[in-house]
Amino acid sequence: MHRYYFDNAATTCCNEKVLEEMLPYFSKAYGNPSSIHSFGRDAKKAVSKAREQVAHLLKANPTQILFTSSGTEADNLAVFNSLKPEGKKHIITSAIEHPAILEPFKELEKKGYRVTYLPVDNEGIVSEQALIEALCEETSFVSIMHANNEVGVIQPIERFTQIVREKEKLFNTRILFHTDAVQTFGSISLDVQKLDVDLLSCSSHKIYGPKGAGALFIKHRSMITPSLFGGGQERNLRSSTENVPAIVGFGKAAEMAEQNLLEVQKEISFLRDYLIKTVKSKISDVMVNGSLENRLPGNANLSFAFVEGESILMNLDLKGFAVSTGSACSSGALEPSHVLLSMGFSHERAHGSIRFSLGKMNTKEEIDHLIHELVPIIDRLRKMSPLYKNEGKN
Amino acid sequence: MEEYTDKVFKYFQKMDNMGAIESPDGYGKVGNAKCGDIMEMYLKIDNDKIVDAKFKTFGCVAAIATSAALTEMIKGKTIDEALQITKKDIIQFLGDLPTVKIHCSILGIEALKKAIKNYQELKIHE
Repeated sequence: MHRYYFDNAATTCCNEKVLEEMLPYFSKAYGNPSSIHSFGRDAKKAVSKAREQVAHLLKANPTQILFTSSGTEADNLAVFNSLKPEGKKHIITSAIEHPAILEPFKELEKKGYRVTYLPVDNEGIVSEQALIEALCEETSFVSIMHANNEVGVIQPIERFTQIVREKEKLFNTRILFHTDAVQTFGSISLDVQKLDVDLLSCSSHKIYGPKGAGALFIKHRSMITPSLFGGGQERNLRSSTENVPAIVGFGKAAEMAEQNLLEVQKEISFLRDYLIKTVKSKISDVMVNGSLENRLPGNANLSFAFVEGESILMNLDLKGFAVSTGSACSSGALEPSHVLLSMGFSHERAHGSIRFSLGKMNTKEEIDHLIHELVPIIDRLRKMSPLYKNEGKN
Repeated sequence: MEEYTDKVFKYFQKMDNMGAIESPDGYGKVGNAKCGDIMEMYLKIDNDKIVDAKFKTFGCVAAIATSAALTEMIKGKTIDEALQITKKDIIQFLGDLPTVKIHCSILGIEALKKAIKNYQELKIHE
């Protein structure tokens, strides 16, 4: 059976050229970057190059890039190890963050921090007004994601940092601003200066790089305290022998993403618009979740009324199509997607949501195949649904 | 147990008993959209024997598969025999169920109990 991958927001395939670039660092140039002999120097050079490549995509300085093992580690580092002066125990985030941010915030809450979870509107945009009202003299840290992984909505980070900077002046205090840019990095153009963020997380495996590498952009080294103690790698902030092959792959993937960023962005958003338009024309009662205007190029999050997401997902999977769902049933959780519920949608709408996330490899033909299979699946599940008969269409 | 068995997938796709029965002898509906599972059970009963059973389900793979399995299991059984079926029987019938999906099998049993109760109440009023 031919298989089709529409889950690029979960992870992407590792690009062949990226893999080629990585391979020598497993068994040929396998030196430890901390060693001063030629094996070590070769490895160190490779890590430095990757640092430049990642920095370049962010328009940052290479010294501002700290390599981690993942986006989650970068997020944890930002939340737990960012500088929070004594007496500044108020921190702010949004209700729709990735668990890699929400869970660390809950941990700090247990340790006595006061947390404000900013609400979002039904388009999925974080409330600017709520941020203005939440900021106070005790606030030391704000984390708002750049784009949401489920609904793909891009947040107006520049506007948020502007608000935070104004309050900083007003309170004569320092408030660190972090953004989880795992979904936007390599997908839309980023500029840390324009965004005016202090910290930013990104990840390799979402941009056709390998798993096992991520990075945290840190504006000034003093904003972060060390997370791992040992040999002093990563400017003493994160000791650990570098995962050289993964970092090399991450760098190469960042470089490749930058090469034709706008072109790819245009192509993928064309496919996304085609997918949404075609699904809506062939299937009734389909709702798009999240702003269409401020959206990642590859994200189409749709709710199919009267049916449940996991049963759609598995029916598609049996036909070879990989997608994702916000239904609780897929994860074994009791509640469906916290993102969709925060946007004010009903449990039924959240349970019936499917995320199609497109990538460089998807084609229009693949989308046609997908929809060809999707139409009878939704039809059959609706005939089976006790919710559907009330609509008088059965 | 984390994964669905092949038999779960088979019953997930088996549509033989899917649908409604016109003027059923017993009908039961359980669950709600909030918890993510809704099941309707329709029974045709002749002389306390289940001669036909159909279901309508809004829910995940496990909810649909257990509905399909249970309706098949109860056909030909007396209502007393059908009431003896436990969640363990359904899980055994399907090979197994992921731990987080065990509650889906209870849904089917509750719908069945409700449908039989409905039948018995209708019978009293006859």
